[in-house]
Amino acid sequence: MSADTDTHSVGIVSPRTARFEEPLMLACGRELRGFELVYETYGELNPEKTNAVLICHALSGHHHAAGYHSAQERKPGWWDECIGPGKPIDTRRFFVVSLNNLGGCHGSTGPTSVNPETGKPWGPGFPPLRARDWVHSQARLADLLGIDCWAAVVGGSLGGMQAMRWALEYPQRLKHCVVIAAALKLSAQNLAFNELARQAIFSDPVFAEGNYIYSGEVPEKGLALARMVGHITYLSDEAMANKFGRELRAGSLDLGSEDDIEFQVQSYLRYQGSQFSSQFDANTYILMTRALDFFDLAREYDNDPVKAFSHATCGFMVISFSTDWRFSPARSREIVDALIAAGRPVTYTEIEANEGHDAFLMPIPRYLAAFSAYMQRVGVDD
Amino acid sequence: MRLDLSHIQRWIEPGSRVLDLGCGDGEFLETLQRERQVRGTGIEINEDNINVAIARGLNIIEQNMDHGLDNFPDQSFDTVVMAHALQAVHYPDRVLEEMLRIGRECIVTFPNFGHWRCRLHLGTRGRMPVSEFMPHTWYDTPNIHFCTVRDFEALCQERSIRILARDFVGNSNDSTQALATTWPNLFAATAIYHITR
Repeated sequence: MSADTDTHSVGIVSPRTARFEEPLMLACGRELRGFELVYETYGELNPEKTNAVLICHALSGHHHAAGYHSAQERKPGWWDECIGPGKPIDTRRFFVVSLNNLGGCHGSTGPTSVNPETGKPWGPGFPPLRARDWVHSQARLADLLGIDCWAAVVGGSLGGMQAMRWALEYPQRLKHCVVIAAALKLSAQNLAFNELARQAIFSDPVFAEGNYIYSGEVPEKGLALARMVGHITYLSDEAMANKFGRELRAGSLDLGSEDDIEFQVQSYLRYQGSQFSSQFDANTYILMTRALDFFDLAREYDNDPVKAFSHATCGFMVISFSTDWRFSPARSREIVDALIAAGRPVTYTEIEANEGHDAFLMPIPRYLAAFSAYMQRVGVDD
Repeated sequence: MRLDLSHIQRWIEPGSRVLDLGCGDGEFLETLQRERQVRGTGIEINEDNINVAIARGLNIIEQNMDHGLDNFPDQSFDTVVMAHALQAVHYPDRVLEEMLRIGRECIVTFPNFGHWRCRLHLGTRGRMPVSEFMPHTWYDTPNIHFCTVRDFEALCQERSIRILARDFVGNSNDSTQALATTWPNLFAATAIYHITR
């Protein structure tokens, strides 16, 4: 499929850059003097500006969520299954805004950007961020686009956490919050996997405490290893069994054979790792995983998610996937139960899917049907 | 809409909060929202039903009642409804207790196994009734806890459950309706109870 042949695509899209001069006070107490956000939009903003949907991306996501950057591009944006004409986030009805988060490495201000005070890239000196910093910077983008109130804020995984934070930070600025494969906070196991990923990066001598950025080198090995760890947590045992099983890519397990043996899954993981390390920045990965670690929706509400959600005024849709062990259905039910106890309108469905955490990106018929059905109630008129 | 559901409506206060356990495709909740302006929530496990109910604009929670309802706070709904599901849950008495904890008032409907047709079927043929109304064979039925009108009333008495109102629906014609009201345990096909603590 390409831009020419894909009739359910938003087609060719171009990113834009928004520049914000007013300083942004960050959760860490530091101030960011001006910043840029790169973003894409799909569909048309109606004259009343009431049909806008914000897409919040996950750990390694970016602004290119749907469509193609050129006729030659082979793969569409990362959430093309869900955004486009006739898709759950139907661009015939909605004006969709998708950005690269602050601190990202795909064009928004982040560790690879130049720090105006030093004239050099921020690198490891970029301020640590929290999900709320993203939400506040996204609100600036909404202001710029003239959007007072989102018809919906939507996100999967870390994106779902931002969507929930939106519901608490700006309750009057969204009508619906769609939270897919997320959690109220990370578990100890989640934290452990993130630490393993960071240690993989730290242990690469090229990383040099993040200063690789000034030498022009890239800690490819460390970053690839970090991604491999992460990638395993995105897939389920079933998904890996179906996709690779114990298939060999090279060598033979026959007796009497001394070949080098390589399983398909090894080669797949290495490919994913090396692909990622050529596209992603190590300091950014560390910043993003830390933001994920620090996220705890209810922390400043006496650690009570019910109290937290009592500040929200929007409707909620929560979706989980049966084989997701990174943010399992039980974690989504914690969100749902808190919303029920807070008396918020909530719809919840657990999708039977083999794909693990990654299922939220997949065209699973029942998932798309439930997501579409919910988005149909998201009004564009008021 | 099913007859038992249209009977229930009058017991539901306009604008109240309603929890519908086993809400199916949400037809009843949608009617209540439209005609009674209730704030409704439904619980359902069938995925096709869930998607239809979501498309109706309802708040639906995918949840198995047999795994408990303790995520719903005490007295958080005005009315908790369970229509034609009592006979399909693992522990009907526990679900009833939970309903009474969650709702100020509850409405329960169930098929009456004491109906004369069931008795005749069992009495003359000596086999579990299979009819248009109870279409499943004994080994693959979702209905694992059939009871009669008198069984249900006995349970209410035992558990100090107050019956606010009762209603009985016969088969489709008027003559059986009169009989169902007079001798419910023998002629009611469906029993409808409005209960509280």
